[in-house]
Amino acid sequence: MSVTTIAEMASSLLPSDPPVQFIDEHGDQHAHERYEMPSPQTLLDAYAALVVGRRVDQQATTLVRQGQLAVYPSSQGQEACQIGSVLALRPTDWLFPTYRESVALITRGVDPVEVLSMLRGEWHCGYEPRRHFAAPQTTPLATQTIHAVGVAYAAQLRDEDTVALAYLGDGATSEGDFHEAINFAGVFKAPVIFFVQNNHYAISVPLAKQTAAPSLAHKGIGYGVRGERVDGNDVAAVISVISDAADRARAGGGPTLIEAHTYRMAAHTNADDATRYRIQEEVQTWQDKDPVDRLRTYLRTSGQLNEEKEAEFADRADAVTADVRTRFLAGLPPIPPSELFAHVLAAPTPQLRSQADQLRAELAAEGEE
Amino acid sequence: MATTTMSEALNQALQDCLAEDDRVVVFGEDVGPLGGVFRVTDGLTAKFGEERCFDTPLAESGIVGMAIGMAMNGFRPVVEMQFDAFGLPAFDQVVSHAAKYRNRTRGTISLPLVIRVPTNGGIGGLEHHCDSSEAYYAHTPGLIVVAPSTVEDAYTLLRDSVALDDPVIFLEPKHLYWSKTDQELPRQGDPIGQAAVRRSGRDVSLITYGSSVPLALEAADAAVEEGWDVEVIDLRSLVPLDEATVTASVRKTGRAVVLAEAPGFASVASEIAARIGEECFHSLLAPVRRVTGFNIPYPPPKLENNYLPSVDRVLDAVADLQWEDS
Repeated sequence: MSVTTIAEMASSLLPSDPPVQFIDEHGDQHAHERYEMPSPQTLLDAYAALVVGRRVDQQATTLVRQGQLAVYPSSQGQEACQIGSVLALRPTDWLFPTYRESVALITRGVDPVEVLSMLRGEWHCGYEPRRHFAAPQTTPLATQTIHAVGVAYAAQLRDEDTVALAYLGDGATSEGDFHEAINFAGVFKAPVIFFVQNNHYAISVPLAKQTAAPSLAHKGIGYGVRGERVDGNDVAAVISVISDAADRARAGGGPTLIEAHTYRMAAHTNADDATRYRIQEEVQTWQDKDPVDRLRTYLRTSGQLNEEKEAEFADRADAVTADVRTRFLAGLPPIPPSELFAHVLAAPTPQLRSQADQLRAELAAEGEE
Repeated sequence: MATTTMSEALNQALQDCLAEDDRVVVFGEDVGPLGGVFRVTDGLTAKFGEERCFDTPLAESGIVGMAIGMAMNGFRPVVEMQFDAFGLPAFDQVVSHAAKYRNRTRGTISLPLVIRVPTNGGIGGLEHHCDSSEAYYAHTPGLIVVAPSTVEDAYTLLRDSVALDDPVIFLEPKHLYWSKTDQELPRQGDPIGQAAVRRSGRDVSLITYGSSVPLALEAADAAVEEGWDVEVIDLRSLVPLDEATVTASVRKTGRAVVLAEAPGFASVASEIAARIGEECFHSLLAPVRRVTGFNIPYPPPKLENNYLPSVDRVLDAVADLQWEDS
């Protein structure tokens, strides 16, 4: 009988060093001893999604300037994380996004106009979570990670092989809820993936001020949860590492904490001025590691992507963005203010009914004016 | 004669919910083999198994957050915050998520979950074990807040709470856990949102809930000697609030005292007093009085009687209702 020592158990939980990478910043491929490179078709699909994701992200930023969106937290630079995480999972696996996961949600198949609904100020969550197995985008940091544990544990109790993936950033790993969530996931062996996009800044605060840990993935060991590190600008590595974690979770192997190294190329939102806390030279080094350019170079060099396909993907991206633009500028159907009272409780209290009557009367009076 | 305590009635309610609906799960700190520090979950793990009633890590935000996730995915969790003040680490999950999920998702996701909160003082408890936190919850749109005061209500209101499709804060007055009834537990009681007239009276409406109901009844009995016939109203739930029963009573009596153990400033008692003022102004023979806890941190056990509302304080408030003018 083999005896596992505490040291052996602990080392089995430690993340890869360096982070898992298949395609480097020059577009060159490397093998990995533990993980498998995704199939050529998966990488082509990922590239198509990257082209669409980047274009929609740029369109959204333009919509802010046109006054169509109240605010937009750009995904630029982090598309490989967002797209890879969705492509690695089944459409019935649950996603628990933050506010910066627009591209992930679009990749899941949510209508981009619905994704942007919250940022447009229309309704808090513009899509039907159950239809897409995607929870509402959440702004209180890390609070949704524990919901992912509950959803996953519920599936496990019913013997379903659903996985839940919780998105969070480097800053959110400092929040108490992250620690409670990963601890619960470890104890209940819940099929959850904690996917940290370490983009090195929580708005303006650099990673060194969030943690003294060797890496964010090392935080898993304290909870008996395996940690892993991945090059977050290499979509092949992201897909591979998340697929592996999902397979393990489905097989009853419990949660994984994955830290993806990436960079937010734009400011926190359009309301932020990133020049106050980071230097242009740093931004440029990450520009050279761009996730879209990198995969393109690899696919072109390896002969998997030709001009015809490129044009086809570009057309697809154009069509999606044109549709978003057209529908925004044509004006979206407004939600009636009377609906403000419709979803507070299943059955409104007498006090809510009375306030709803007041608003209805005000609206009627406005209508008569 | 067989008697049932409130703790046993709550336990029976959970047993019946677990037996009738596979989707009901019970979890929290020490609720498993120990049966909860107040024994409300006694025997549930043994009877229904560890998948239906289980202990969690010691983390309240995690407990409520996990309940939210499970409620999103087909279960009807009933969780315990071991003591009122220990529910505060979960406050963000309650306010930002449990209360708002239905609204955020435009009605497509409702969260059928019950958060049981042993509440109030009067048990000689140490600090952080005797808080009255109902105002925080009642103030938060999207929550149902239930406050039983009798053994029978503890049973039927908990069952009704588990059946609701909205998050419920279920306030269990700690000092009433061992209160008893010799009646058989009713299969069904008045619904959530309906107040009960515990004692009818002609002269004053004494409106209260939860832990203070026995005190109100005691004060009403004592008031007889002073010549006042006090009507005692037990709200039973704070959200929904049964304003109709309150205002009908005050219109009849013309005088009102609101009684609650929580600090009075910006409290549920204040809300009720304000509503009586708005709705019953022309029936009132005197200003509405409140008898509440002071706005001080809950006192140490040896001083709690200086804090808690008493029969004398209630009678003083009643005496102050301008009887000389009528």
